[in-house]
Order: sequence, then structure tokens, then C-alpha cells
Amino acid sequence: MIPEPLIRVIGLRKTFGNHRVLDGLELEVRAGEAVAVLGANGAGKTTLLKVLATLVRPTRGTAIVAGHDCAKDAEGVRREIGLVAHGSYVYEDLTAAENLTFWATLAGLRLSAAARAGALATVELDRAADERVRTFSAGMKRRLCLARFVLARPRVLLLDEPFAGLDQRAKKWLEEHLASFKTGGGAILMTTHSFGRELAVADRIAILAGGAIALDTARGALSADDVQRLYALHAEDVS
Amino acid sequence: MRRAFIVVWKDLLVERRSKETLNALFFFALLLLFIFQFSLGPDRERLAGTLPGLLWLAFILNGLLGLGRTFVVERENDCWEGLLLSPGDKSAIYVGKLAGNLLLMLVVEAILLVLFAFFFNLDLGGALPALAVVIGLGTVAFAAVGTLFAAMTAQVRARELLFPVLLLPVQAPVLLATVKATEAVLLGEPLGSVAHWLKLLAAADVVYVAVGVLTFDFVLEG
Repeated sequence: MIPEPLIRVIGLRKTFGNHRVLDGLELEVRAGEAVAVLGANGAGKTTLLKVLATLVRPTRGTAIVAGHDCAKDAEGVRREIGLVAHGSYVYEDLTAAENLTFWATLAGLRLSAAARAGALATVELDRAADERVRTFSAGMKRRLCLARFVLARPRVLLLDEPFAGLDQRAKKWLEEHLASFKTGGGAILMTTHSFGRELAVADRIAILAGGAIALDTARGALSADDVQRLYALHAEDVS
Repeated sequence: MRRAFIVVWKDLLVERRSKETLNALFFFALLLLFIFQFSLGPDRERLAGTLPGLLWLAFILNGLLGLGRTFVVERENDCWEGLLLSPGDKSAIYVGKLAGNLLLMLVVEAILLVLFAFFFNLDLGGALPALAVVIGLGTVAFAAVGTLFAAMTAQVRARELLFPVLLLPVQAPVLLATVKATEAVLLGEPLGSVAHWLKLLAAADVVYVAVGVLTFDFVLEG
């Protein structure tokens, strides 16, 4: 049986003034699947994520996440997603544990000390639980951001350049974490303009160019070089 | 309620550790009082007439600085986006922010009052309870609108300019009522004699807080 799509984008258009960033974009991501959206700078990758995260309203078309329409039921969408964008959503003057307490309580969760410790251990920050985030590296902040989703258990992860700024150990950890999220039935949509580690996690590769998906293919046995060739063929032609 | 409380807890903890706002407001208050002292001199008669206005001018200027920084901490690491994405009623965030601002403003106002008494050699002892009522009512109205407008202008490029331009006209009736009530209280009149001003302040408090609670969701969503 084919799993239901947790992300469904139909004819999505987004314009900023006269600039049409997304134009008739169609995309589906099913439960247990990870899709990497590749595209040049300014191709609309972040805009697509922001529409799906209900931070930006689409000009036309429909975006449905876990059965909730992004334009009509933002609240429903927000209960189902975890967004990791450029910011890490952490307060520098709070400790890692305090940051988790804050975001979990704000999301309406009742957080026990054990659950908090467990989430921090999952992202390998248990030893830094009582340290202020100001002293953390970018990778540690990214992991702390992900710890929120260990607690909230979203069904959909939206990731903007998730491996950027991470060291090799953190990248390996993230790769394993995303693989286990997929196995648990979650859907992942990640955007990137690199051909690195993201591709190992992805089941499908979608190339975004000219405001639409120019190519959507199973990653299968494609090597990084193959992807790069496809990218050059589809993305750079349009740009 | 828990969600509002966690916002206050976070804001006060951040402020306690960074001390950015409180330190700046304290030195600004000190500076203001030096300027007032030099410009007015020791003439007590002239001072008596201008004191209520000066007191509230100091409160308002400090409040503008403090309230304008309400959402500065949310810009760091895109926490603003995190607030927006957190599921649930956004008015809890407003109530939390308002409570944090109120606490901070009342602390600064208490310090200012002590400094005023010291700088201008005033005996506020007898008028203090009545003064506290007037200051409390005025501060709630100021903080309620200030918190809302701080959120409205937080993502605007000219926010430092826009914030006072929006806030001060709305505060005009509140300012008039607080100055008049403070004047009467400092002259030793009972609170009953300024009941009409106190009613206006209480009404402004209720209306401004209600408007903040009801509209904050739209403001945050932009």
C-alpha cells in the first residue's frame, strides 16, 4: 500500500511584487519519505519551505501539510511540522535546558525533567544542559533546535540547508536522526544547493528552477556526480 | 496561563542575566534627573508646578526606551519566527510580554521616584499610597499599548522612529489623566478628588489590554 502524502503542493504560485518566485509548483512527499529540493540561490527553495511552514501565504495554488491547508488552517499545520531554517530559535542567555522548557511549554506540552533530559541526550547535549547557549557552536544550536522536535514529535520536518555549518560528527548524527525519523513514518522536505550529505538521506531529488519543479526523480543509485549533471542540465538551463 | 507565565519567566531570566535594559534605563533616568535639576534649579515654587509633568515625562521617556526593546530579544536567532510557529493562542505571548514590561517599568518607576525625592528634596511619604495607585493605573495603560505597538513595529526597518510616533498620540488622554491626578495627589488632595481621572485611567487600562489581547494574533502574523 502506498503511504498517504504528508505534503501535497498543487499549482503553487508566490509573487513578491512583480517578481514571481514560485510558479505552478507541484510536489508530493509521502509518509516515510525524504525529498531533497535542489536549486540555485534565489530559486525559491526557502520560499517553498516558508509557505509550507505557514510563514508566507501563497499567492495562488494549494499547499497541504498532514491534511491541513497552509492558507486556511495554519494552526493545524503548525501542530504537525518542525521547521529548521536559518535561525536556530534559541535564546542565547538561557541554558539548553531552559530553552527546551520554554519552547515546550509554549507549545502546550507538559515537560518532565526526565523527558527534557532524554531529549537533550538524544541530540547529545546532555552534558551541556546547564550551559548558556551563548557558549554553543552553530552545530550545537542546530541540535538544540532539533531537540524541540524530539519532544513535540511532528509528522513533517521542513529543513532549510540542514547540514550547513555542521562538523562531520554532527552531520553523521543528523543523518542518523533523519533516517530514524523517516522510519517512524515522518516526511522530510529539505532544501539545499549542495550535493553533499543531504542526498544520502533523500529518497527523491527534486530540482527547482524557474519557479517550478524541473525534475523529480528517485535518488536510487544516482551518485553525487549524476545529480550534479542532472542539476546542470535542468537548473542551469532555466536560470 | 502557563504559556503567558513561561514568556514572563523567559523575559525576566534573559533580562536578569544580560541586564541590558535595566542598566540602560537606570543610567538614562539618572541622566534625565541631572538635566531636570540643572534646568529647574532650587526654586521650590516653580518645581511644585512642574513636578507632575516632569515625573511623567521621565516615566514616558524611560518607558519608550524599555518598551521599544520588548521584541529585540526575539530577533536573535529568528526566535520571532519560533513564536509565530508555536501552536496555540498567541494572546498568551502578549499577556506574558505585557506582564514582563509592567514589572520592568514599575521597578524603573520606583527607582525614579526615589531619585526624584532625593534630587529635589521632596517628602513623598504621605502621598505614596495614592501616588502608587495613579502610577500603577497609568503604567498599565502605557505598557498595554506599548507592548502591542512594539510588536507591530518589531519587523519594520524604521521601528525606532515609528514606535514613539504611533504610541504617543494614543497615550495623550492617559498622560493628561496621570499628570492631573499626580498633581492633585502631590498637593495632598485625597484620591476621591481625582476619581474622574482614575476612572478614565481604569477604563483605558481595560480597553487597551482588551485590544492587545484580541489583536495580538493578527499583529504577530503581520
